[in-house]
Amino acid sequence: MLSRTADNLYWLSRYIERAEYLARILDATQRLSSLPLAYVGTSNEWESAVATAGCASAFYKVHDEANEANVTDFLAFSSDNSSSIRSCFELARSNARAVRTALTMEMWDTINGTWLELKRYGNGVTSREEFSRFLQWVREASLRYDGSAYRTMLRNDAFWFSRLGFYLERADNTARILDVKYHLLLPENERVGGPLDYFQWAAILRSVSALTAYRWVYRESVKPWLVADLLILREEMPRSLAACYETIVRDLDHIAAGYGRQGPAQRQARGIRSRLQNSRMDGIFQRGLHEFISEFISENNRLGAAITEQFLI
Amino acid sequence: MATAFDEMKGYDGAVRPAYDELSRWLAEVPPDVLDYRRREAELLFRRIGITFAVYGEAEATERLIPFDVIPRILAGSEWRFLEKGLTQRVKALNLFIKDVYGAREILRAGIVPDDLVFRNPAFRPEMSGHSVPHDIYVHIAGIDIIRVDPETFYVLEDNARTPSGVSYMLENREIMIRLFPELFSRHRIAPVENYPDELLATLMSVAPHSVSREPNVVLLTPGVYNSAYYEHSFLADKLGVELVEGRDLFVKNEIVYMRTTQGQRRVDVIYRRIDDDFIDPLTFRPDSVLGLPGLMSAYQAGNVTLANAVGTGIADDKAVYSFMPAIVKFYLGEEPLLKNVPTWRCREEEHLAYVLDHLHELVVKEVHGSGGYGMLIGPAASKVAIEQFRAKLKTAPKNFIAQPTLALSTCPTCVEQGVAPRHVDLRPFVLSGSDKVRIVPGGLTRVAMKEGSLVVNSSQGGGTKDTWVLDG
Repeated sequence: MLSRTADNLYWLSRYIERAEYLARILDATQRLSSLPLAYVGTSNEWESAVATAGCASAFYKVHDEANEANVTDFLAFSSDNSSSIRSCFELARSNARAVRTALTMEMWDTINGTWLELKRYGNGVTSREEFSRFLQWVREASLRYDGSAYRTMLRNDAFWFSRLGFYLERADNTARILDVKYHLLLPENERVGGPLDYFQWAAILRSVSALTAYRWVYRESVKPWLVADLLILREEMPRSLAACYETIVRDLDHIAAGYGRQGPAQRQARGIRSRLQNSRMDGIFQRGLHEFISEFISENNRLGAAITEQFLI
Repeated sequence: MATAFDEMKGYDGAVRPAYDELSRWLAEVPPDVLDYRRREAELLFRRIGITFAVYGEAEATERLIPFDVIPRILAGSEWRFLEKGLTQRVKALNLFIKDVYGAREILRAGIVPDDLVFRNPAFRPEMSGHSVPHDIYVHIAGIDIIRVDPETFYVLEDNARTPSGVSYMLENREIMIRLFPELFSRHRIAPVENYPDELLATLMSVAPHSVSREPNVVLLTPGVYNSAYYEHSFLADKLGVELVEGRDLFVKNEIVYMRTTQGQRRVDVIYRRIDDDFIDPLTFRPDSVLGLPGLMSAYQAGNVTLANAVGTGIADDKAVYSFMPAIVKFYLGEEPLLKNVPTWRCREEEHLAYVLDHLHELVVKEVHGSGGYGMLIGPAASKVAIEQFRAKLKTAPKNFIAQPTLALSTCPTCVEQGVAPRHVDLRPFVLSGSDKVRIVPGGLTRVAMKEGSLVVNSSQGGGTKDTWVLDG
């Protein structure tokens, strides 16, 4: 297939995944900000939302400090922010238009319909209630796209490139939350912050839709080291780094099988996966959670670059 | 202007045989059903996506082309005649363009004046002395045909560059089959759905001789901002070929490649929907970012086929058009089956004098114009407009031709007041491959939706109809 088509499909998925992730961050932050200060400490949760979204430098170019109004606007609606939910949907739609022939009718319907509906939020929202509905709608749009791709696409390279986009973006998002919140995720033998941090941990889990999953996996109250375990090493947790890399390796193998050859991208992905498979939480804590996560983020980026180099240009 | 010939009711109101069933059906069907179906058709068009351009980025205003649910019907015998005439015409067009860029016999024989070719902006000196694969230049022609009476069809224009509209021909039929199954069950209608197959066969047949494997065909589009982008993606999808933009291609050692996820892949045939001017910034407009630098070098080396060839615009010119009957005779030694509309060339003194005397009854057109712009319709124009046009005409007579105002045939059409006759034309799509000429029966019927209007161009509010060719 054309490199440009593959590139468009890959980024289309990344934009949709990113939009959903932003909606989750905003939702979790909104909850935190409604709790009494005594429960969450004095930290500014809106500041942390900007950091988790990975756009701190862009944000502080236009704003001096983070508050609900300007963070909400910047992450959800701003056209100046090329990673806002609005920008993601607009970019997704223009990518979709450029590769119409590679999309099924259902996928096109979802993207085009979402883009048309986005106009309703032309001036942002006027109330928290409306904002909650907006966030819900964003998540539904992402689910619809994911589902229609999964159910209607031919299982050929177009499908695997589209999947790769989802999982690379997802791995990046999960790692970013961990990167911002790592100081809250302490090893078992350290003294834990107590109830103050509980809601922060819950918010992390909520951002990756894992609060219920956590309870089913561990059957315990929320403990920081288990939160880290769930998001990094648990393969049954669909947003964990390990699960993302299971899928990434498989998708790249499908592509390699179709094309009859392996390349640097396949080798790099397998390398990252085996490092995850061979790691244990205590080892990670020993060497430093922060270092581990930073290293992962740059490896994930390097894989993105290798995929681009090998297939997309 | 003479009374228009109605394709259903003739001149005298007696229903013509091809329209028997349709006319009975129109009498039975309640008017609100037609209106309901019309709105349903519009919804379907939006969903299927003919309107994808409508949601165009900044300006969400690009219109839906109106679709009329009453089909236009041609009898089998009428179509067979048109088919022969079209085949003949397009063969002559191809021989003419080959000659103009080759031996130039027709110029030496004095049939077509030199300056009409060499001073024509559509003439491409880069093509002189180069042959193209299989000597075919116009692979896809959209020949606009009008009808003035039961026997007479005129060719109005030979669109030999990148004619569009075929996606409407195909989608109109699909919509009609969905909306009017019972009407279809009362007729036997020649199918058009095989057009993509015929087009692909045509494009494959003209690959360069040096290609021994299955040729790699692509469709080259200017991109999503082009108004016909929907048609480009629609056709690429139906053909099963890659829809490429200039940036997906590159030229190395005079060979064209496309960038794929598996590395470079050689391209053999390019169905290009980009005008000559923009196709290669190294040869033509240097400011073009749509085309492919170096394409012309690969083309001249014979390593890639362009469909249509570069320089076919020379046959698209209205002044050259007026010589078509002579062109057909010169190359084929046959009388032309399809007539030309009688045309006065204002470049010739006697013709100009006649035109200036009869402006109020003539249609005057710019020789390089298209889309119904820049023309004068004498009988409908004000005195002031006529005088203004007279001045333009006197300053640059070479730029104009004139034709009588013809009474285009009419067909029953759904309008606000019910069903009424409206003027129509026909654009059949003629495909020329190395093996044969292919034409799917019918084509795109365009209809002037306004009462009395003769302008069918979609850019000026014209609509379209499904076109049926019946047995017998």
